[in-house]
Amino acid sequence: MIKITVKVLPLLMMCASLQLRAQEGRVTGNFQGDFQYYISDTTINAVSPDERLLMNSYANFTYHKGNFSAGLRYEGYLNTLAGFPGEVCRNDGVGIPHRWARFSKNGLEITAGNFYEQFGNGLSLRTYEEKNLGIDNSLDGVRVKYNPVFGLNITGLVGKQRYYFDYGPGIVRGFDAEIGINDVIKPLMDKMLRIRLGGSFVSKYQDDNDPVYVLPENVATTAARLNVNYKLFNLETEYAYKINDPSQDNNYIYKPGQAFLATSTYSQSGLGILLSTKWVDNMSFRSDRNAVLTDLNINLLPEITKNHVYTLAAYYPYATQPAGEWGIQAEIFYKFKRKTTLGGTYGTQIALNYARVHNIDKTQVSDTIPLNAMGTDGYKTQFFSVGEELYFEDINVEVSKKWTKKFKSVLTYQHLTLDNNILLQSEYHGMIKAHIGIADLTYKLNSDYSISTELQGMFTDQDKGNWALGLIEINAPNVFFTIMDNWNYGNPEKDQRIHYFTLGMGYVKGGSRIQLSYGKQRQGVMCVGGVCRMVPASNGVMLSMSSTF
Amino acid sequence: MKHVFFAVVLGLFFSVNLIQAQSFSNVQLKTLERQTVQSGDVIQNDEGPVLLCFWATWCKPCIKELNAYNELYPDWEEETGVKIILISTDNARSMHRVAPFVNGKGWEFDVYIDANSDLKRAMNVVNIPHTFLLNSEGEVVWQHTSYMEGDEAEVYEQIQAITVNNE
Repeated sequence: MIKITVKVLPLLMMCASLQLRAQEGRVTGNFQGDFQYYISDTTINAVSPDERLLMNSYANFTYHKGNFSAGLRYEGYLNTLAGFPGEVCRNDGVGIPHRWARFSKNGLEITAGNFYEQFGNGLSLRTYEEKNLGIDNSLDGVRVKYNPVFGLNITGLVGKQRYYFDYGPGIVRGFDAEIGINDVIKPLMDKMLRIRLGGSFVSKYQDDNDPVYVLPENVATTAARLNVNYKLFNLETEYAYKINDPSQDNNYIYKPGQAFLATSTYSQSGLGILLSTKWVDNMSFRSDRNAVLTDLNINLLPEITKNHVYTLAAYYPYATQPAGEWGIQAEIFYKFKRKTTLGGTYGTQIALNYARVHNIDKTQVSDTIPLNAMGTDGYKTQFFSVGEELYFEDINVEVSKKWTKKFKSVLTYQHLTLDNNILLQSEYHGMIKAHIGIADLTYKLNSDYSISTELQGMFTDQDKGNWALGLIEINAPNVFFTIMDNWNYGNPEKDQRIHYFTLGMGYVKGGSRIQLSYGKQRQGVMCVGGVCRMVPASNGVMLSMSSTF
Repeated sequence: MKHVFFAVVLGLFFSVNLIQAQSFSNVQLKTLERQTVQSGDVIQNDEGPVLLCFWATWCKPCIKELNAYNELYPDWEEETGVKIILISTDNARSMHRVAPFVNGKGWEFDVYIDANSDLKRAMNVVNIPHTFLLNSEGEVVWQHTSYMEGDEAEVYEQIQAITVNNE
């Protein structure tokens, strides 16, 4: 761990304000700072921390010169914002936990230090950062990428995973190769049928210091993928297999893991169709077998449900169940052309989406051993087995239409079913069924000013009952103002029928943005890119700043 | 100590606005057919400037912004030679939606996928939507983050400005 004191910061600032550039090189970077002043609010169980004011901040500086580049990221958590992983002092402080140097020439790229990497769809390896969730599982080590001929890409890496300002205990080694058959075999270059093959091997090493069980110290995952493209049709599949990896996630069973993902698409101008399926069996893969939550994941098991953007549509998000799940998704995008009955003057866009996720079939390894018993093979299952238990179902339709030069709308209807005993979105036990309706209306007052409103409603007999949300946003040149009320008017407990008011304003100029807001934030699950974290209820003032330079 | 830190951070924030000129970085991207390409090889335009837009299928303002650009693109292209290139930051969850999504919207842009945000990071993008305007030498001459209704007028002014300068 490299830590610096705040005394180093003025130097960093000077670098930026003096527009530091070496004679032939250049410095680029960005900055992000999120500050929140907390106010205790007993109506929503929001607690003010001892510090009252908390902050997460990041600043990247990258130096480029010819084929060489190097960078570092300063991070400061004084102290960590409420709800972020590692907030229990684990992540508090300041430091430079991310630094790297890279050289690339003639198809060869060598990186030393921290880096992010993804093999295929990420079933075997994906290291990434998501600041809004407090996730950064970058590897610190060495990575070599080689592209000897067009269409052939090879990657090898070794490293230890970042764990807040420290490292996880394991060592990760990985290799990936991908070849475009039509790119490297000249007679096939002009064929309409295009095939791409890829494979990866990822291994982690962690000491076995368990007093009871003999645990595998080297755990490997192998994955193979195939992509077939023919005219407007595309098929992409990946299968991954992991040897037995007893861990906290799987209750220390000795069963191997598997994951399968397949997606096919067909698209032409005005029409897009997507069909995908996924099957996961005991496929959690971390560089520390005792890690939990979002810590030290080596791979990513992507959800194949729609990532909703509106607040109430995203109220009950889905999160992959690494212990086992089967899912399907179908989606159609269609644009009714201009000057047709349904298209009107400007055209009408429609999107239909359906997703369904079940458990997988699991049977006991013997009559005397309960399912998933610690220290056993856990359970038996057939490849691509589908259980009868429904985890999640989402059917939704969205219609976008521009009516006049000044007025446009997006209307959404969604019906959700989820098993909250599995997804744990709140304290409620059992199945939750909800209908959600959303109207997003935008009116352009003139070339500089516009007003947007969102009217959202969620109707359910379970959990916290019905919600309504109203949002007004006024946009002017470089400035915006928002007012929002999220009202839990149908809560079964009358004293919990709370208005979550928020007021906000922001200023945007070039690559910089500053936003100030005040209000209540409900407790809930926040998801970005398929990964989620619990957000505690809070009340207070939030200031966010970001800039790219 | 905390106050010193905040003062430093605020100073840093406002000082960085003075800094301009960021050249384009070279990393691996995927085409919609999943071919691996180098960003430097595909983000270019012999005819004029490039408008490089970072977006995702789950980003509401991004979609509003790109719908607006799509309506104006034929005129912009004809008048300035600008090429609009989209960089999707959809990850493994949603990157498969990009091709049907773009075609379903009827967008006529070039689209590449940056599934692990390598180009996003290399270009120091914090939030999406984030738009860069590159001149014919591939240098960043203007950038803008977020989208508000009507922003496309400013974008077009900037495109025209560098087109006129080049002439």
